[in-house]
Amino acid sequence: MAVDDIAIEVPAPRTPSVGPETRPDAARLEAVEVSAWFGDTQVLDDVSLSVPPASVTALIGPSGCGKSTFLRILNRMHESVLGAKLAGEVLLDGDDIYAPGHRLTDVRRQIGMVFQKPNPFPAMSIADNVAAGLALTSTKVSKADRADLVESNLIRAGLWDEVKDRLTRPGAALSGGQQQRLCIARALAVQPKVLLMDEPCSALDPTSTRRIEDTIEELRSQVTIVIVTHNMQQAARVSEQAAFFLAEQGTPGAIVESGPTESLFDNPRDPRTADYVHGRFG
Amino acid sequence: MTVDLIPPVGAGRQAVPRKLTSVRERSDRVFHGTAGGIGMVVLAITAGIGLYLGYQAIPTLRHYGLSFFTQTQWLPELDRIGIAAVLVGTAEVALVAMVVSFPLALGLALFVSDYAPKWAKSWLVSAVDLMAAVPSIIYGLWGFFLLQPHAILVARWLSQYLAWIPIFKVDTDPNAAIWQQSRYTSSVFIAGLAVAMMTIPLATAVMRAVFDQAPIGEREAAMALGGTRFGVARTVVLPFGKGGIIGGTMLALGRALGETAAVLIIISPEYVIKPRILEAGTQTVSALIAGNFGNATKSQLTALLAAGFVLFVITLGVNSAAAVIIRRSRSGLATEA
Repeated sequence: MAVDDIAIEVPAPRTPSVGPETRPDAARLEAVEVSAWFGDTQVLDDVSLSVPPASVTALIGPSGCGKSTFLRILNRMHESVLGAKLAGEVLLDGDDIYAPGHRLTDVRRQIGMVFQKPNPFPAMSIADNVAAGLALTSTKVSKADRADLVESNLIRAGLWDEVKDRLTRPGAALSGGQQQRLCIARALAVQPKVLLMDEPCSALDPTSTRRIEDTIEELRSQVTIVIVTHNMQQAARVSEQAAFFLAEQGTPGAIVESGPTESLFDNPRDPRTADYVHGRFG
Repeated sequence: MTVDLIPPVGAGRQAVPRKLTSVRERSDRVFHGTAGGIGMVVLAITAGIGLYLGYQAIPTLRHYGLSFFTQTQWLPELDRIGIAAVLVGTAEVALVAMVVSFPLALGLALFVSDYAPKWAKSWLVSAVDLMAAVPSIIYGLWGFFLLQPHAILVARWLSQYLAWIPIFKVDTDPNAAIWQQSRYTSSVFIAGLAVAMMTIPLATAVMRAVFDQAPIGEREAAMALGGTRFGVARTVVLPFGKGGIIGGTMLALGRALGETAAVLIIISPEYVIKPRILEAGTQTVSALIAGNFGNATKSQLTALLAAGFVLFVITLGVNSAAAVIIRRSRSGLATEA
């Protein structure tokens, strides 16, 4: 990976960035009329959402409204659960990832994921964790390329300075916040076009949360990000677009309202959105 | 130098942890007593067997001394008795069983935990457990009547091409037009194959239980990185399950060392230290005891019990080591295998 791939400029202002700094491999992601079931229980109904390339989209809403399920549908992790079903399409740059003829492994490599609980591979060193994608896909690279990959992605995830002297130490020895940034570096190392984040800060303290948000800020021009969060302030800080999910009594989850984050927070069209973002329920 | 302006709370008094007691519920007391009592009975029986065997072995060990362990022959009529050959035979049969069963058990466990469709999983688990329910005498008959006629072809093939490795040599011409089939029967190899079938379910069950405990978070992380199933198995499941793999294999080894009926049916007794595993004739400790105790005199019986004592100590050691390895491993913390 070349050095100029690394974003070192000041974080871009919170506008949909389709400018020259947009990486060509950040992709547009579109969900079209997605519904989902676990067994016979429908958990999502007719959800459509368009995520522009190189932008940050926040999915907000109370617990159990289907945000995480929706996120897992976006990189075909949903189907790994027994009894999980879905309808609709997910288009990556216009190409349906559920179309026959796609390999699961290719889809997931292009659409990476960071989980709620930091989950580094405990038996592996920090460097091995970052390069784990190579081992998982049986990709052989030279030692120098591997070292470059480890360094550049730790830099992108904002962890390099803290771990550069102990790359051979186990990843599990890091703090929770560092582990999460290690997981981000690991996900970035397979060069995804989209990065999905499922409440990446909910298990972290405020300082670590801040660091992750800084990392998201630096990545926004390089990769398309969709983040699930329970934290309204976080959604307001990091995202330019937001979607409010709600599952009302006995009905499957659906998007109540989506649009630019600012207008969703300051000027919601739906009273339910206003109630939620102002903390009146959920 | 420190200056204490305010004396610390409780200064001058050394804190002692206090004893924590409480009154236990009656139902808990009853259960505690019953379960504890049953557990002690099991331990007492095991210890009793060990003590009895050890006690019975004393006269024999005294009479023969160290030669009991170095003598290969078992000729009570000539007062020449030793377990050198049968111990080697036991180890050989167990080793062949392990070499055959380890890859099968590992592959089977991994298939059930990671590759098989989710709906098929419980069926496969039951099928493997059913293998364990087959009596060992059946495996012996299977090995003798069904397996042996085919296994000798494999044995002959091995000796044709690999006879330069001493263990695969057979003292007959494998290329003869009319080859001596009987030289390849009743061997360590064939007994080992039958014993392998018996150890597979045990090893598979332990390994699978541990593989299933591999953290879902790490599995999903590997999947989300675009990992193939093999990649997930290699980076998450196998490192996590290392303790279960070793422990399950050693439990299977313990079982293989003590296997009697199947071995007794297949082998033809021969009391020499023999590295040639394809050649007819060998003997194991348990087959020796089972085959001879019926018409043994009193002193011969104590000799057999002495041999049994040695086997008991070995298998106890192997099984205890397996338990420790499973317990100490990361995966063992989550299972009670």
